[in-house]
Amino acid sequence: MESFRTEAEQLVTSAALGYDQKIRRLAGLAVSALPCPDLSPLCAEALQARVICDMYEGNAPFTPRYVLPDYAKALRNGVRHLELEPPTNLDDALSFLTILYSQVPSVTTYPVYLGDLDALLEPFVPAELPDAELDAKLRRFWIQLDRMLPDAFVHANVGPGDSRVVRSIWRVERTLRQVVPNLTLKVSAETPDDLIEDAVRTVFVTGKPHFVNHPMMVADHGTDYAVVSCYNSLKTRGGAHSLVRLNLKEAVARHVGGIDAFCEEALPHWVELTAELGEARIRSLVEHAAFFETNFLATEGLIDIDRFSLMFGIFGLAECVNDLMAREGFEDARYGHDERADAAAHRLTRRVAELVAARPLPYCGGGGGFAYLHSQSGIDLDLDTTAGTRIPIGDEPGLREHIATCAPHHALFAAGISDIFHVEETVKANPQAMVDVIRGALSVGMRDFTFNLDSNEFIRITGYLVRKSDLVGIEEHGSRHSSDYLAATAEINHTVTTRAVKRITAAELSPRG
Amino acid sequence: MTTVLEEAGEERAGRNEGPTGLITDVIEFSAVDGPGNRFVIFTQGCNLNCIACHNPYTINPCIDCGDCVVSCPSGALSLDAAGSVLWDAASCTGGDTCIDVCKYDSTPKARTLAVADLIARIRPAAPFLSGVTVSGGEATQQAGFVRALFTALKADTELARLTCFVDTNGFTDAATWQLLSPVMDAAMVDLKCLDDAIHRRMTGSGNERILASIQLLAAAERLHEVRLLLLPGVNDANDLLAETARWLAAVDPRMRIKVIGFRHHGVRPTAIPLREPSAEQRARYADILRAGGDFDLAVV
Repeated sequence: MESFRTEAEQLVTSAALGYDQKIRRLAGLAVSALPCPDLSPLCAEALQARVICDMYEGNAPFTPRYVLPDYAKALRNGVRHLELEPPTNLDDALSFLTILYSQVPSVTTYPVYLGDLDALLEPFVPAELPDAELDAKLRRFWIQLDRMLPDAFVHANVGPGDSRVVRSIWRVERTLRQVVPNLTLKVSAETPDDLIEDAVRTVFVTGKPHFVNHPMMVADHGTDYAVVSCYNSLKTRGGAHSLVRLNLKEAVARHVGGIDAFCEEALPHWVELTAELGEARIRSLVEHAAFFETNFLATEGLIDIDRFSLMFGIFGLAECVNDLMAREGFEDARYGHDERADAAAHRLTRRVAELVAARPLPYCGGGGGFAYLHSQSGIDLDLDTTAGTRIPIGDEPGLREHIATCAPHHALFAAGISDIFHVEETVKANPQAMVDVIRGALSVGMRDFTFNLDSNEFIRITGYLVRKSDLVGIEEHGSRHSSDYLAATAEINHTVTTRAVKRITAAELSPRG
Repeated sequence: MTTVLEEAGEERAGRNEGPTGLITDVIEFSAVDGPGNRFVIFTQGCNLNCIACHNPYTINPCIDCGDCVVSCPSGALSLDAAGSVLWDAASCTGGDTCIDVCKYDSTPKARTLAVADLIARIRPAAPFLSGVTVSGGEATQQAGFVRALFTALKADTELARLTCFVDTNGFTDAATWQLLSPVMDAAMVDLKCLDDAIHRRMTGSGNERILASIQLLAAAERLHEVRLLLLPGVNDANDLLAETARWLAAVDPRMRIKVIGFRHHGVRPTAIPLREPSAEQRARYADILRAGGDFDLAVV
């Protein structure tokens, strides 16, 4: 109780945090003062040691971590709880959505999914509306989103087809240069090259969007899916109850023996404890807090518990593999640089996937009764542990080798996986080259392709964006975006700005070997 | 015409016509060697000797003098029993001391590669590519090899969609383009200077064949772009640029032109000092050239 008072006092008197940020953090503090769901002693001990982790979601979950409302249904039928009639024109639709967003819960306190905005809005765009007016309306909407939902995990989807709305969104993005919303372009064979190229030009300016493998997503989730928060792919009209994760670096540190024993003995042990933590949190949310019986999104059919599941995350794969390689006598075999290490990494993720697919969980109809696997990209507090299944920052190989190392993992991670590629400035003069790379990456099995220019003002931390300038002096005067605080610690702890720059290079200057 | 073909015949006698090429290096992904992302092959050996050459170590084949062998700090170079310089890629640290000490504008790292070797390198990169570009050195010096490579690409069901480009100085004859024409999608041609006398000072040779190559390729719809490398005080006079624009517009008024401001990177010491153009000078180049035609023009 003493530390509770001290922390509350610090929040109340902080000069850096804004009013809204204080309220949200005080609420988080209150939830953490409640008791944790019951766990077995082994599970509690693993949580305490942070071999497994609950993402500091709070001890008593009262909302699912990620909620993906069926906005199309809401626009079609209206929302009784909010006394909203179905809108009949673009202005009313934008207003309707803005209101609804304010009531969509999530672990961040802001909605992590804004809808597939092109599909939602296109029916409200009359043919006679000039582009300039469409841009002006969407620009106003975009400014509202960034100011009212100031969090980089707020995420909108577009694609895979072309539309006036998606083209307008790229134009608005390039002129506004905002952090919010995060954006994903769904890419399939039907996505025209010049739409991808338009998106690539947008990345040059704002670091957005992500490019995702639409056919792979549809195979895992069906057509009604979306990418939310960082790069978490989930069913719409559904979501994720919670996210629990296993730190493979810590797991291997507690393991005696080589890779065979790690796969056969250690992994089953830790996967079970992680699943136990997840199950306890799901039961607390569904049975104790009774979210799905009380929240209007559920009672009005905008979400359906049968389309939810648990996200089972792993991280620290790189350190785990390198440690196991040394134990096997291959000290110089490094993940991302050695075939033996890469093969071991693929064996580990396949084994985790196999174990997760064999551990039934309650209220996880979205995953057919099982958790979704997720390559967890880290949080600001992780020290010396590489995000998800990524290659350590600064140690990434050339672009093609990097993709070849990562791609075999991607099919396993239905709830999202990402690797971030930094490319050289020269590609700006030839965006088609990036279209080629994106098409190639998706064709060899990448689920998500995220890139940025090394010179960009926007940087990706784990999957969310910050503006470099917003991090300067954040300790003293704070920042309007709540995600910037996480980024400031992440930058100190991970030096995310030192990612190896990919040389799609000025070859005519120097082909030297 | 007969004389041109005879000359061509004599030159080809000294060329590598087989299915192997003398290759300086390859780059898997390049965004600056033609449309889209491209696999680039640099051939060793060039028939011009340009003062502004950015990679002069590609000009000549290695003569096995051995100077670089004793200078190599990582012991990656050696002489074999026959007295040829051998390069061990595995122990090379890439410091390029060999290139710095070479008095003959060459490199010990160029190697003879078969078409099949290159196809094996291209295949894993292919899903990420728009095409393949052969650059140099001077690609047309090894036209037989280029033709064999492109023929193999076009015949491969997985790789046939890749476009095949040549990046050339244009200093070759009609017979070379006839040889490449069935399998080459397009060429990118450097024009160092429209004025023959200045061209000779810049490259050691006249520009007649280069101008003929540009005309021939444009007429055959195989000209992707013309590159103009501009050096202040050497080939950037206003009237010369205006004349160049008129000449290019007569070939194709909508020609794709890339204006490249000279950069010192990699260039050898020269008798006359070379300068990089300022932003204002680059803007002037673009203005003068655009006045001469409805070009698709970019300045880099």
